[in-house]
Amino acid sequence: MKIIACVKRVPTTEAQVKIGADGASIDGAGLESMLSFYDDLAIEEAVRSREKHGGEVTVLTLGPSDCSKELREALAKGADKATILLDPSWAARDARSTAKALAAKIQELGADVVFCGRVATDRDQASVGTLLSSYLGFACVTDVVKLELTPTGGTAQRETEAGIETVSFPVPVVITCDKGLNEPRFAGLKGIMAAKKKTIDEVAPLAVENAVVVQKIELPAARKAGRIVGEGAGAVPALMEALRNEAKVL
Amino acid sequence: MGSFANFRQLDYLGLDDQFSEDELMVRDAVRSWVTERYLPIAMEHFENGTFPMELVPELAELGVFGPTTPVEYGGAGLNSVAYGLICQELERGDSGLRSFVSVQGSLVMWPIFAYGSEEQKRRWLPQLASGKVIGCFGLTEPDFGSNPGGMLTTAVKKGDEWVLNGRKMWITNGTCSQVSVVWARTSEGIRGFLVETGTPGFSAPEQKHKFSLRASITSELVLQDVVVKDSARLPGGIGLKAPLGCLTQARYGIAWGGLGAAFACFDEALQYSKQRIVFDKPLAGFQIPQKKLADMATQITMAQLLALRVGRLKDEGKYTPSHVSMAKRNNVAMALDVARVCRDMLGANGISLEYQVGRHLCNLESVITYEGTHDIHTLAIGQEVTGLPAYR
Ligand SMILES: Cc1cc2nc3c(=O)[nH]c(=O)nc-3n(C[C@H](O)[C@H](O)[C@H](O)COP(=O)(O)OP(=O)(O)OC[C@H]3O[C@@H](n4cnc5c(N)ncnc54)[C@H](O)[C@@H]3O)c2cc1C
Repeated sequence: MKIIACVKRVPTTEAQVKIGADGASIDGAGLESMLSFYDDLAIEEAVRSREKHGGEVTVLTLGPSDCSKELREALAKGADKATILLDPSWAARDARSTAKALAAKIQELGADVVFCGRVATDRDQASVGTLLSSYLGFACVTDVVKLELTPTGGTAQRETEAGIETVSFPVPVVITCDKGLNEPRFAGLKGIMAAKKKTIDEVAPLAVENAVVVQKIELPAARKAGRIVGEGAGAVPALMEALRNEAKVL
Repeated sequence: MGSFANFRQLDYLGLDDQFSEDELMVRDAVRSWVTERYLPIAMEHFENGTFPMELVPELAELGVFGPTTPVEYGGAGLNSVAYGLICQELERGDSGLRSFVSVQGSLVMWPIFAYGSEEQKRRWLPQLASGKVIGCFGLTEPDFGSNPGGMLTTAVKKGDEWVLNGRKMWITNGTCSQVSVVWARTSEGIRGFLVETGTPGFSAPEQKHKFSLRASITSELVLQDVVVKDSARLPGGIGLKAPLGCLTQARYGIAWGGLGAAFACFDEALQYSKQRIVFDKPLAGFQIPQKKLADMATQITMAQLLALRVGRLKDEGKYTPSHVSMAKRNNVAMALDVARVCRDMLGANGISLEYQVGRHLCNLESVITYEGTHDIHTLAIGQEVTGLPAYR
């Protein structure tokens, strides 16, 4: 089974984001990075699928050269190979141009199953997986929380607000992974040593114009400081009063 | 799971640049495991005086048992600097966690690797690396700690067998081990034996009521006419230098471990002092706390340099036990001082186990004593610089 996991480097959850000088990008200097949370699920599901069905897992990212750090982590967790579609202005790419570049590479590599995260935790667009499937002409199942894969297809569960939906699909397929699908493993020390021997290719991505261009980024307004209205049961009337007239939530 | 770097230690001199990419990956892998899997339960185990045995398979999966052991014997084949970083990260969690791993790797797997027969290596090392077997190291006796050469435990050869008699004290992991490396006096000198727990005459009662290293099991080993085959004897090591060789390995890791405990305390006190308002401004904004933080940052940074240099010397095959003595002595004393100062900076909260400083402070009282007391290492360094031994 040829398996590809598409992953993205994002700022860490704790990172203090600063806006760049152009006002339309994030200042990458000193910004701590990690793999997007949902992409970690994609890697885990890819490796588990390989462990079950055999074959090969390639991790694919569009990003800067130093995201080899995140890819090494994926290789340490059991992926076989990694490829960076090298683009210095990767962060400014819109979902469409990213998906087109990924699709071109996936077509070249060949794939039965492509795993993506449900959404990247930085730009929160949840678009690349679905766009990718349409450019590839693959089936697409989004927000998967449970997966039964066979060499020719499988079934998946998706959690919707209305309940759990079970769907069947053929391969080739793009699966976007949601929280609950699996519990990603820790990279073990043996895996880290083994990853040293695996290759990370760097290639130029397909050039695609951005259709959607970021014009401006603003940080959310600072939250107002909290106020302690009093302590104990005696403070309840003051709290009610504040919730009613100040916060206007009652 | 997931995000590799979720704790930022003090790195005043940018020493991260001095590590290779895979050394940092190893550090960060252990770091996130400790943050996500160990720290949430650290207080509970310290309070209850228990070790979280259920985490042993995860530690094995992570690969921290004997990680420098060659791959063919079940290890990860890491270098010594990476091993040091592993100890550092584990001890950021708790000295008891690091002790468990030090004993398994440096005091049980290492002597089997260094002094064992091929058959012993093939039999024990993969099982120890995978955590299926836990081991302990019995050198100290009730009356012989700093001077283990005086030990009373004996092993007498009878045909193809050995009969062991004696008592060992303060043995980490004794009660939870399946195999003990027991050091005993023989007619040829001190020798090591692999004693399996079920052997008649062998028992390992737990030593309770400790105020330090509570999340680590400490035991007595009792040997009454314990009979083992000659194949249980470690053939390659003879004399006191054999167990001391193991201790050099473990002490090396402890020098890094001290850094981990100090990082945890420093980080906690720094965060706390920036948030704690006293006399209308943050504690960290006053001169006395700043002097404490500046002194600690300096001491920690110097200790980092010491550990790193000894690690590189070890990997180049150029280190000596006296290098390790300096690193163990300095870095554990440094960590104990840091823990003490940080404990004070947290005020009353500093005595609560809800914070880490008190736990580290108590633990480090063991760490400064075991693996050669602070003063014994003073004498080792003294002998190195003067050429005059002053032990007796
Ligand atoms: C929690 C814990 C776990 C341990 N785990 C193990 C283990 O797994 N295996 C094992 O074999 N041992 C273990 N030990 C034992 C440890 O190694 C010994 O306690 C240590 O070597 C000190 O020996 P002692 O306690 O007999 O102290 P002593 O040797 O009696 O020392 C008492 C004091 O005298 C000082 N002193 C001794 N000799 C001299 C001298 N010549 N000159 C000046 N001062 C001197 C010492 O520095 C110390 O301050 C453990 C100890 C603890 C506390």
